[in-house]
Amino acid sequence: MKQYLLSIYHPDQPVPDPEVMEKIQQDVTAVNEELQAAGAWVFAGGLYPSTTATVLRVRDGDVLVTDGPFIEGKEHVGGFWIIKVPDLDAALEWGRKATRACTVPVEVRPFREDSQA
Amino acid sequence: MPCPALADVERVFREEYGRAVAVLTRVFGDIDTAEDAVQDAFTEAARRWPDGGLPPSPAGWIITTARNRAIDRLRRESARADKHAEAALIHARDEPAEEGPVHDDRLRLMFTCCHPALGTGAQVALTLRLLGGLTTPEIAHAFLVPEPTMAQRLVRAKGKIRDAGIPYRVPAEADLPGRLAAVLAVVYLIFNEGYTASSGDQLARADLCAEAIRLGRLLARLMPDEPEVIGLLALMLLTESRRTARTGPDGALVLLADQDRRLWDRALVAEGQDLVRRCLRRGQPGPYQIQAAISAVHSDAPDAAATGWRQVLALYDQLMAVSPGPVVALNRAVAVAEVDGPAAALAIVAGLDLDSYYLLHAIRADLLRRLGREAEAALAYQAAIDRTQNAAEREFLARSRARLTPAGLRARSARPPGPRSRSPAGDPPPRPG
Repeated sequence: MKQYLLSIYHPDQPVPDPEVMEKIQQDVTAVNEELQAAGAWVFAGGLYPSTTATVLRVRDGDVLVTDGPFIEGKEHVGGFWIIKVPDLDAALEWGRKATRACTVPVEVRPFREDSQA
Repeated sequence: MPCPALADVERVFREEYGRAVAVLTRVFGDIDTAEDAVQDAFTEAARRWPDGGLPPSPAGWIITTARNRAIDRLRRESARADKHAEAALIHARDEPAEEGPVHDDRLRLMFTCCHPALGTGAQVALTLRLLGGLTTPEIAHAFLVPEPTMAQRLVRAKGKIRDAGIPYRVPAEADLPGRLAAVLAVVYLIFNEGYTASSGDQLARADLCAEAIRLGRLLARLMPDEPEVIGLLALMLLTESRRTARTGPDGALVLLADQDRRLWDRALVAEGQDLVRRCLRRGQPGPYQIQAAISAVHSDAPDAAATGWRQVLALYDQLMAVSPGPVVALNRAVAVAEVDGPAAALAIVAGLDLDSYYLLHAIRADLLRRLGREAEAALAYQAAIDRTQNAAEREFLARSRARLTPAGLRARSARPPGPRSRSPAGDPPPRPG
């Protein structure tokens, strides 16, 4: 089994209307339940907007703290899944369901096998 | 003079490289291991066969030798605690002889190489490298890319297959149509690149066409029940049949209407037409089959005047229904010009959003010429010349422009269309629509 990170890319603006948001929540919950039923669910979570991010980096031996996000842009990671499936085709199949549910692009990336704690 | 046995090694390499890499990729679950092993085996063959002669089954010998060599090498490497080598050895030990419906390993490899998670450039390069056995310099040369760029593209693509876990299998029935379309698109792209090199002095890169046809034949043998596979092969064969007639002695482009049809390769025409008939009997038309049928109508005509343009137009209408797009609409306009006249075709061309495509301007130029609007035709020829890098095409367009009558250009007066109606793109270079 391989593990994949499914990142959700949200545009920062505009924020969807409450009723649109509610439908998205329902659909995402359905994907979570399906993942768990299939034994493919490892972890998932939604994030607060990128304006809440803080960036840390080492400068001249000290750790510098700045207001985030790290990459200025119009879209940021708004949430993610970690799933456990046999191969990329299976991961992409979940990615299809994920992007339909959250209505924004989803990026699928494999975890290194030697990095998993 | 090459030693006959060395020529045999080369021939076996050409014919069997893809199969050997495909089988060993299944055995070891790793493309790099498979490639290295097959290279080793051919090196061994080049050393042994000239003296010892060809083994009874050269392909079997290569695969067995490659497998043994790879296992030796992997044992040495895993003794040094190489995780990758250990994984490949375990894969080889656990690999069942054959599971489920028997699929040729080359078919699996083809679907892996053309996986939608890989970019088109990577798909094409991988297919030529792994299934065609072309070297990296050969592929780089064919696509006019610097060698290090192509090498990097291949390394990156193989890395993605390995690290992202792109599976090595023929897709499930439900996913097959979409995935097969990607495989066919890659084969067609290789053919097109060979048929009309996108730039450079050589009009035809015959070796790329030959490779695409070889892959097309392989697919047709492995998936005989897929009509679009047969359609693509037919389309390539019918297009290829005109290769000799398509260039003049000086290398200049010769249009379909002006080609010496005696130069067409009758064997390829017959094979292509036979495949088109097979498709028609199945009654499941798709874009490749329809394009092949259009090509077959041209092949039927003993001379350009005898072309069944109404049939061509009806087929283009069908093509527009199954795969609408501006390039198809442009090619359909050529048939409209023959059936309804150049003015009707010009109206269609005017509405197409294809400004960067040289063929739009070339066709527009010819339609304007036929309508006697020679000054506008000259401008359109120039627009076409500015948009192609292919030397033969540029040369052809420049000569067409030079043939416009000076009187017409000066007076900008409407002249009646010439007695002979010519189609600039009755034989348009096939392009993915």
